[in-house]
Amino acid sequence: MTAMDAYNFAYLDEDTKRMIRRALLKAVAIPGYQVPFASREMPMPYGWGTGGVQVTAACLTPDDRLKVIDQGADDTTNAVSIRRFFQRTAGVEVTEETEDATIIQTRHRVPEAPLQEGQIMVFQVPIPEPLRFLEPRETETRRMHALADYGLMQVKLYEDIARHGRIATAYAYPVKVEGRYVMDPSPIPKFDNPKLDDSPALMLFGAGREQRIYALPPYTRVESLDFDDHPFVASKADHACDICGATESYLDEVITDDQGGRIFVCSDTAFCRSRQEDRQ
Amino acid sequence: MNPLFSVRGLEKRYGARIGCTGIGFDLWPGEVMGIVGESGSGKSTLLSCLAGHLPPDRGEVIYDGRDVLAMSEPERRMLARTDWAFVHQNPRDGLRMAVSAGGNVGERLMAVGARHYGDIRDTATDWLGRVEIASDRIDDRPSAFSGGMQQRLQIARNLVTGPRLVFMDEPTGGLDVSVQARLLDLLRGLVRRMGLSAIIVTHDLAVVRLLADRLMVMKGGECVETGLTDQVLDDPQHAYTQLLVSSVLQV
Repeated sequence: MTAMDAYNFAYLDEDTKRMIRRALLKAVAIPGYQVPFASREMPMPYGWGTGGVQVTAACLTPDDRLKVIDQGADDTTNAVSIRRFFQRTAGVEVTEETEDATIIQTRHRVPEAPLQEGQIMVFQVPIPEPLRFLEPRETETRRMHALADYGLMQVKLYEDIARHGRIATAYAYPVKVEGRYVMDPSPIPKFDNPKLDDSPALMLFGAGREQRIYALPPYTRVESLDFDDHPFVASKADHACDICGATESYLDEVITDDQGGRIFVCSDTAFCRSRQEDRQ
Repeated sequence: MNPLFSVRGLEKRYGARIGCTGIGFDLWPGEVMGIVGESGSGKSTLLSCLAGHLPPDRGEVIYDGRDVLAMSEPERRMLARTDWAFVHQNPRDGLRMAVSAGGNVGERLMAVGARHYGDIRDTATDWLGRVEIASDRIDDRPSAFSGGMQQRLQIARNLVTGPRLVFMDEPTGGLDVSVQARLLDLLRGLVRRMGLSAIIVTHDLAVVRLLADRLMVMKGGECVETGLTDQVLDDPQHAYTQLLVSSVLQV
């Protein structure tokens, strides 16, 4: 018996997948609304993308090509282990090219290359509730969502400006979906927020520990919250990539020695590599 | 002229026990009514029912011609953050302790759609001044404030949207006497200047003497006596009111 036959396709049993797909359908029907689902124990710890993995497993078909990234990189621990997991349990093709992938599971980034129709983005979400740190009661936050009572979210941004002189929230920047639900876009840098707006790809968000799924159907209006006199700015390090020279991509700061040496490199490794290849 | 707020035959029971029963009154624009009574007499239950925090079992509550009890939750919330205000006895219940003073005052503005940071901050600064909190404390959290300052901040936070009706649950409870006096002075000034109507629940007769135009005395969940404040306090008719008035310490 090969490793493939030891598992049901994509690890989860069919009933579980059906349950997740039902939650996904509801999530797509109500963009930005958090749908509860019966999250399963996965063979990896919470915080390693158990929600994203379950959503990916429910969406995968044998013909899919999977790309997994962690902070934009294809070669970091989280990305490698999840990619191997699906290679072993589903036997699907994998790729590092954004353009070739049909499903992209991601932790904390949206790829630089523009997404296309038919692609599915799966986000790993640690805390799906954007109001959580402002209002600890789940009953109350649900009521606030139901009544679109979002003044409190604005208080958080007010506090940012009062303390730092500008909106200092750099990641997990709250967005309003189709003018209705306020949503946590998962801890992507706010640089990526504009990529959610009117995207041709389907975006699914899975939070395993918190047992919530939410979604953005293709071409959904996604606005980042802000103030009239402090508008939203999609910020990044003011630098060019030290490897490929890109000025429009999101950069990671890498410490190279203990003498204060540092370089800035693209956080999206596939994007950086394709630019290097183009140059040669 | 129509009453701003009318209550008819209000009753709230906790199982077999009575919270309050048979309460009815009219509150006119600009009028301040005090509700006094001993602990357990149903004052706070009544106030919670009036403010929509507790659903009463019987009776009706009409605000400005609208039936409050028949309102949907979004309508009631909108009312609670525009036309109404609720000052809790313990400022910690009414404030967000992890949010700066400016944010606390600005929350109601942002909840009704203010989206201009500069304007929100100016309004917050103005209101902190009105409740005698120095403007350089605007970015401090309420946990760094004294009890009296917290209570004043709670009042500013509630009055910033210019409400017409304020519910107060023992606003001076737990404050020392000199701070109480200043707070009362401040409250009286604000209420008179803004032409607010208010319902103040307290067991401190000095508070109602100073603030209230009219008085309602409660005992065992029922209203035992009503009338103009001075009239009730100077010439109490009901035996319980007489007891209450005579038990005030004379210094």
